[in-house]
Amino acid sequence: MKFIEKHSRILRICHWFNFFFLFLMIWSGILIYWAHQAYIVVPENVAEQLGIDHRLAEGMGWHFFIMWPFALNGIVYVVYLALSGDWKFLFPDRQSFREVIPVVLHDLKLRSHAPPIRGKYNAAQRVAYFMVILMGLGSLLTGLAIYKPVQVGWLTALLGGYPFARFLHFILMLGFVFFFIIHVIQVLRAGWNNLRSMIAGYEIE
Amino acid sequence: MRLNKRLLISLIVGLVLVVGFFTTFNYIQKGPKIDGAPSALRHSFMWNEKVWSILSSARRMSVKKPKPPKGKAPRVNGMLGLESPVDLKNYVVTVESGNKELKLPLGMFHLISKSSYSTDFRCIEGWSEETHYAGARFSDFMKYYDLGKKADGTYYQYVGLETPDGKYYVSIDMESMMHEQTVLAYEMNEAPLSLENGAPIRLIIPIKYGIKSLKRIGRIFFSDSRPPDYWAERGYDWYSGL
Repeated sequence: MKFIEKHSRILRICHWFNFFFLFLMIWSGILIYWAHQAYIVVPENVAEQLGIDHRLAEGMGWHFFIMWPFALNGIVYVVYLALSGDWKFLFPDRQSFREVIPVVLHDLKLRSHAPPIRGKYNAAQRVAYFMVILMGLGSLLTGLAIYKPVQVGWLTALLGGYPFARFLHFILMLGFVFFFIIHVIQVLRAGWNNLRSMIAGYEIE
Repeated sequence: MRLNKRLLISLIVGLVLVVGFFTTFNYIQKGPKIDGAPSALRHSFMWNEKVWSILSSARRMSVKKPKPPKGKAPRVNGMLGLESPVDLKNYVVTVESGNKELKLPLGMFHLISKSSYSTDFRCIEGWSEETHYAGARFSDFMKYYDLGKKADGTYYQYVGLETPDGKYYVSIDMESMMHEQTVLAYEMNEAPLSLENGAPIRLIIPIKYGIKSLKRIGRIFFSDSRPPDYWAERGYDWYSGL
């Protein structure tokens, strides 16, 4: 039996706080989205069933409230990664990108051997976790661009204008949902030892 | 043994977090409200307003956009305050400033040099539309009729605007009203205002969400205490600055 300290306390705290904040951001974002369904139309009766209709004011209230702790949490996380050296576990190199497809094929049981894991995460995890940090930055910037399109008009213009920045903000949200689904499936597949490492920090091999 | 203890503590902390999260969420949602918004969210609106008043410049312009085709009908989104009958021939705007009360027929706005802009008009619902608009710049109007000043020569803090039937009303801070692009508009997309776009004269303030751009202005007044605002009373951010 081998005992491994896998995730530090600060990392775990950021992870679980992020779970709540991201959930609230997506939920309140959907309340806002309902008022002007630019990309996917939610039928009236579906919206009623889901209880998301006519809640724009509330959606905006929550969105522009939680954005502060959400952004702050993300910043703490990234600064921590940078200072602690943990970024080395996440940062994908050329080899990681090469290994993504073999890892995915292995997880889909279409390939018998997976490339060996280097550090904490396999190649697909590295790329996914790194991407999700970039997406967070993307959401922050596109969000700012549509939140204050006059004050940061230069940023809004840089991101292709108000409607396009809004579209990007929406696509990023779908990206988070997609990530979340895969992430949860993988956590369930990996089992308790792995999940425990994100709760108590340690793993036993 | 030590590891089990560590796991147990972590699980308890996690449980406290989850319970704390739901309790806080429920409290905010179901607790006291201020003007239709849960009080935490109302305070957050006000905090954001403060943050942005430090970070931002009141003079920053809404980015110029290409002119839409001449006469293109601007999008209509609601008829609040427009449903009562209106006599466009004898239309007057009542302006109250200190002891002064003016009844200004439409021609009086045409005396002021015409300003026009072309920029995004942004609705709080999320859509936006490139719009050209023209009329009397609000700051020019203030100077022309010497309005909005107190006895000591300083400006009032707020401007109130109302439709003639009083069913729609907004209040806006003086700084935003004096912004260069804030216009008492009588034309949109180079055509006279249509009835549903607020004929004969409306406000266009592109540095705020469209909910502040009151259509069919019947009354303009000034105050140091914030006049009522239709949407702010219904849970929306009063400032609504962009």
